[in-house]
Amino acid sequence: MSESYLSIRRLHQVFGDFVALRDISLDIREGEFVCFLGPSGCGKTTLLRAVAGLQLQTGGDIFQAGQRISWLPPEQRDFGIVFQSYALFPNLNVADNIAYGLRNRRTGRSEVRARVAELLELIGLPDAGKKYPSQLSGGQQQRVALARAIATRPGLLLLDEPLSALDARVRVHLRHEIKELQRRLGVTTIMVTHDQEEALAMADRIVVMNHGCIEQVGTPQQIYAEPASAFVASFVGTMNFLPAIRIGEGRVRIGERTLNCRTLSPHGNGEVRVAIRPEDVRTRYNGDASNLISARVRGLEFLGAFVRSELEIDGVDEPLVADFSANDVRDLGIEAGNVLNLDLPAQRLHLFEH
Amino acid sequence: MDTLLNPPGFLAKKRARLLGIDCSLPILCLLVAIAMLAIALVLPLYSLLSKSLEDRHGQFVGLANFRAYVADPSLMHSITNSLWVASLTTLIVVSLALMTAFALTRSRMPGRGLLKVLVMGPIFAPSLLPAISMVYLFGNQGVLKDLLMGHSIYGPIGIVVSMSFWCFPHAVMILCTALENSDARLYESARALRTSPLRAFMTVTLPSIKYGLISAAFVVFTLAITDFGAPKVIGGQYNVLATDIYKQVIGLQNFQMGSVVSVILLLPAVLAFAVDRWVQRRQVALLTARAEPLRVKPHRARDWSLLLLCTPVAVVILGVLGMAVYASLVTFWPYNLDLSFNNYRFDLMDGGGWGAYFNSLQMAGWTAVIGTLVIFANAYLVEKVPGLGPLRTLVHLMAMVPLAVPGMVLGLSYIFFFNEPGNPLNGIYGTLAILVLCTIAHYYTVCHLTLVTALKQIDGEFEAVSASLKVPFYVTCWRVTLPVCLPALLEVALYLFVNALNTVSAVVFLYSSQTALASVAVLNMDDAGDIAPAAAMGVVLMLTCIGVKGLHWGLSRLLLGRSQCWRQARA
Amino acid sequence: MNLKKLFYKLAAAGALAAAGALAAAVQANAATELTVYTAFEAEDLKRYAGEFENANPDIKVNWVRDSTGIVTAKLLAEKSNPQADVVWGLAATSLLVLKGEGMLQPYAPAGLEALSPKFRDADAVPSWIGLDAWVAGICVNTVEAEKLGLPMPSSWEDLTKPVYRGHLIMPNPNSSGTGFLDVSSWLQMFGEEKGWDYMDRLHTNISRYTHSGSKPCKLTATGETPIGISFAYQGAKLKKKGAPLELVFPREGMGWDMEAAAIVKGTDKLDAAKKLLDFAASRKANEMYNQGYAVVAIPGVAQPVEFYPENPESLMIDNDFVWAAGNRDAILTEWQRRYDSKSEAK
Repeated sequence: MSESYLSIRRLHQVFGDFVALRDISLDIREGEFVCFLGPSGCGKTTLLRAVAGLQLQTGGDIFQAGQRISWLPPEQRDFGIVFQSYALFPNLNVADNIAYGLRNRRTGRSEVRARVAELLELIGLPDAGKKYPSQLSGGQQQRVALARAIATRPGLLLLDEPLSALDARVRVHLRHEIKELQRRLGVTTIMVTHDQEEALAMADRIVVMNHGCIEQVGTPQQIYAEPASAFVASFVGTMNFLPAIRIGEGRVRIGERTLNCRTLSPHGNGEVRVAIRPEDVRTRYNGDASNLISARVRGLEFLGAFVRSELEIDGVDEPLVADFSANDVRDLGIEAGNVLNLDLPAQRLHLFEH
Repeated sequence: MDTLLNPPGFLAKKRARLLGIDCSLPILCLLVAIAMLAIALVLPLYSLLSKSLEDRHGQFVGLANFRAYVADPSLMHSITNSLWVASLTTLIVVSLALMTAFALTRSRMPGRGLLKVLVMGPIFAPSLLPAISMVYLFGNQGVLKDLLMGHSIYGPIGIVVSMSFWCFPHAVMILCTALENSDARLYESARALRTSPLRAFMTVTLPSIKYGLISAAFVVFTLAITDFGAPKVIGGQYNVLATDIYKQVIGLQNFQMGSVVSVILLLPAVLAFAVDRWVQRRQVALLTARAEPLRVKPHRARDWSLLLLCTPVAVVILGVLGMAVYASLVTFWPYNLDLSFNNYRFDLMDGGGWGAYFNSLQMAGWTAVIGTLVIFANAYLVEKVPGLGPLRTLVHLMAMVPLAVPGMVLGLSYIFFFNEPGNPLNGIYGTLAILVLCTIAHYYTVCHLTLVTALKQIDGEFEAVSASLKVPFYVTCWRVTLPVCLPALLEVALYLFVNALNTVSAVVFLYSSQTALASVAVLNMDDAGDIAPAAAMGVVLMLTCIGVKGLHWGLSRLLLGRSQCWRQARA
Repeated sequence: MNLKKLFYKLAAAGALAAAGALAAAVQANAATELTVYTAFEAEDLKRYAGEFENANPDIKVNWVRDSTGIVTAKLLAEKSNPQADVVWGLAATSLLVLKGEGMLQPYAPAGLEALSPKFRDADAVPSWIGLDAWVAGICVNTVEAEKLGLPMPSSWEDLTKPVYRGHLIMPNPNSSGTGFLDVSSWLQMFGEEKGWDYMDRLHTNISRYTHSGSKPCKLTATGETPIGISFAYQGAKLKKKGAPLELVFPREGMGWDMEAAAIVKGTDKLDAAKKLLDFAASRKANEMYNQGYAVVAIPGVAQPVEFYPENPESLMIDNDFVWAAGNRDAILTEWQRRYDSKSEAK
């Protein structure tokens, strides 16, 4: 692990009685793309604004490139920022918007012009320089905002829900573009989002936040496959939670069945919750019969590439949701009312405290 | 967590940050803004209040002046008179304005455009002008005297009619806005449920403009209870609070009693202000829902009956203003009806002559320019500069005060404050500067709210973006915020100009020989019995305002057409 | 970047305007400027100032004109920080009030001895000097009177007759010097008790009290009221202009007051102020006053004025200014208590 470029130490933020950030510590490497992910009010935007210096923290420190920037005003920090609202200056044309930060740095006129042209090329809008923001689509405006933010070659790029205002198709398209651009420029980037799909697709690492705390930091794969908490498990992707009794190391009972599971926390016996993702529920098993469980199909919902089923396990009130491929459904003749033998692989079962 | 919130260290860091160049500039600006508002508003009002608790020699006497006031039946009577006149005016104005606003926004009545222009007419003249017009219409030599069936126009009738005329545009504007904001889908639902138009009006229209109605009522009530012009000209022996202040101060030289009446006049105005604020807050919550704009379809019966109802309104407005113009041109009413410009030879009259008119132009010009810039700067600080919460709230609160302070009260408090020999600002007493200052303070609130609204509509992240680009906030203010706000700025400048030209109440205590004003000249000429020249000066002011409004219209179009092409560029 | 250009243009225009204003301010400082508070009639101001400035080209008069009550109020309000240098043309009763407040600078102008003893402060070095007398009078609109069938009044007592009910207008003594001289003269002529009794009866006939003393006569001229209690000067002038007016001088006698002049204590232009007072007491000035006023300070100067009675001085009551000034507050308070509210009319 290379030395961290941005490091946040015990950051604390209080608004009146409300604790927005609780003792946050985090390290971000140079060139990394990090997403702050969480529901609204979780503190992710507050954290971003503290990094930018737009909102003074109550306590704690921030270091950027080895320099302590905790109490510096935004003007003295080194970052570019893009907002959900684009925040393009409506009375300036695209070229002037992009050149806004350059003009102030006593950069020569021709230099500015060249840089603007280069950036317009970079965002794929080479001819838009003379247009006004209101003449552009939302996606185009957001690209201009991005160009403006990176025009001055900041060391850190902050993206505050940059895609939320766009419609679904543009969003998917633009998220590839932003990721690609970031990789090419190698600029350290923090993006705030509440959209887990966006975070999974774009981030090198995701910081999942809830109630002002960091729940988990990890790669998208880690976050998805090994959620550190019930919150992370439920917030990222879809997750079944079934009530269960822990009856020893690696053993849990669900309804009338006793299943094997991994010997991870929590320790001790008693009531727990067993979690499994819908796609990890299997209709065929290979050899090991220890984690088989029978369930009745309550209903099916056709979702195109796969079919989502709602299943009922004897002795368990909560339904179990499982995704089957359309082929499986056809091949096995799954329909409402059937009883299926299902495998809940031990490696895919997560245990959480009740 | 305890270690996290280590207070001394935390404070030290905060201070370091606050002392940086970046933050001390806005703080300095805010402190300047607070100081300005304190000097222009809070301190004068304080000296007024303390004056009401002193005797003639400046000794503190507690509530003795108030006891003397209560003991005087003729003074007490003014309270009832004021309340009665203001309530009646409010009732008349709001009902007529509701009808007119409905016709303007919810019908396809023929001649709506013309009515819309006519309705604004009274705003462009001092409140004295309709009252003077009443003299010519219903006075003892009035052309329509018989309509009053023996009643005298001098008194409550004249006050209510003139004041209603003058307050009318304000109520129409508020109600038009309220009616325009209604949601079309509610009406579609009502129609789908086969609701009768009347029931739809009662169950959909009225509730949706409830707050607009309350707001209009209180605005009119405040204007009516604090107005000085109409009761002065046409009130006869009918005393109201505003004329009492004038009489106490000017006639009896009793400044103590003048300030007591001022304090009493403050009460209903403050109450109306508080209710209005409360309503405004509720209304904001009501309008957050996304509404579908209403498209009005022609409806013969409704449109023609509204035309029938609105024609008298238009005729009255034209008649009153037209009568003033005609009277100003008549050589010697009523014995020589030849038309001439004799009454426009103001140099032979009281009030300062044509010089007063040019003073007024100068005063209104400075008020518009300085006022717009200062109020914008303060609104910008309140709205756009991050942090500094309590200071910003203080500025905002102070900016709301003038709405509740009647002009006469403000003017009187300026005498007390600025003519104090110990006051270092004493030098501006008797100059144009004090008139400009007082007028800006008097009309501050509406301008402040207009500009804050305009600023709120601008993306809140501009300042953050420019900070990230290392562009100082004032550069962004100049290059972006100011141009984007230009239409609102022009609107505010026009509002200030028109009001500065027409105001009487605030400046009547403050003008000097070199700074006589045209609006006060109208008052003084009427006072001296030169009613026709007073009408003439009123007409000159009205024409000036209409001209400036035309200029504003042209300028706005020019700016929107050229420099602001980005506004219309939306694809 | 049209917008930018526009901004620069506006900024440049603003700077130019400011510079212009500054230049104008500097230029105007050439002559000594006297701020003179006055209640002289507006149409006389130019003429009076012109005459004085002709004689004293290095001094410029800046008038502050308003009705008597207002000018008095203004002076009192500014007591701690006077704005006026000289008062020229204010009721003697008002100047007596100011003298009582210690606001006047005693000065004996050149030619003081020529003034009639009535027309000067009794002190050896007078605090004020009288200029001319302005006399109460009743204006009657002959056209309207005929229409309404009103007889021509000839005395104050006539005005209380029921036939005149609602047809009289008089000035409010609180704001108008004329109104005050009417009230104080009735109290002096009839005695206090009978005086108030007279006003009670008069009050029932009065339709309203005006702010200024000339307004009743002006309203009479335009027929807004058939009869206005005002002062002779205004009536004579309107009649000359062709208004259908008749001037009545009541046989019981007429109230009057002096227009007077004084230097305001604390002025920093004392020399110029003295010159103005010298002029105000001069024969030339007295002739100037005589164009509108039949009685002036220097005996023998006055020529008869059109529409005035032959010998106005014989009709003028023996006015006790000291009494009037001393009781001004009490009289006005009592008057206000009795009449200044519609509720108590009828």
